Amino acid sequence: MKISCEEASQICNKSQYKEAGFWQVLKLRLHVLTCKTCAKFTKKNTAFTSLCEKANLQVLSESEKEAMRKDLEKHL
Amino acid sequence: MVLLEKNMPAYELHPDTWVDQYADYLFNYAVARVSDAEIAKDLVQETFFAGLNSAKNYKGDAAERTWLVAILKRKVIDHYRKINSKKGKAEVRVNYSSSSDSEGDWLEEQVADPFSKDGDSSIENEELGLAIQECISKLPKKQSLVFNMKTIQGMSTEDICNELGINPSNLWVMIHRARTALMGCLNENWF
Repeated sequence: MKISCEEASQICNKSQYKEAGFWQVLKLRLHVLTCKTCAKFTKKNTAFTSLCEKANLQVLSESEKEAMRKDLEKHL
Repeated sequence: MVLLEKNMPAYELHPDTWVDQYADYLFNYAVARVSDAEIAKDLVQETFFAGLNSAKNYKGDAAERTWLVAILKRKVIDHYRKINSKKGKAEVRVNYSSSSDSEGDWLEEQVADPFSKDGDSSIENEELGLAIQECISKLPKKQSLVFNMKTIQGMSTEDICNELGINPSNLWVMIHRARTALMGCLNENWF
């Protein structure tokens, strides 16, 4: 059941996108109980996820940007 | 010092990097104001063109992004002018309020509800969005690409890997680096 901090951070990242499995999350929880650094990282990472949700971020897709780049080049 | 200024003028624009560096930032700014992605996209495009056309007027007393935002602001105003002129004459209301069953009270019932936090929080969220966007633009290209696809566009790991030709462990390493950098970049006040 023991995992390294590196593994813990990876599970934490995956769980931000709901892609960590049940056992993985359990391992992370256990690890976090004894590791202060990972506990801090997990807390901040989760807070960052909710900030991203709250901010209602928008991006242009790569194809839209590509079209923009081409248009802009014509005018250069 | 004089020599240095001669060699590297402080007021130089780099239009070839605009799309990569500022498109998303300006897009967020525009979406918050016109609330329509298609219009916002056009406004960003117009901003870039206008920037090119008036590049010679760039004095270098504002950062490139600030300068572009200033142009975009004008574009947003122009947009509203255009749709307003389509509507025709301004509407004149005689009644102090449009609902007829609220007689007696005047200003009191029209002031904003002091307990409503909606206005504040939407402004705050917009600022947050721009702050995050600014941090994203500082990431290495590949990291910002992966982060955007995963977090903002919500694409699946598999789709991203196929599109970029990387394997999942590459992807998670990049996500980890991007998230760590962004958390560091984002002001502590936000957390």
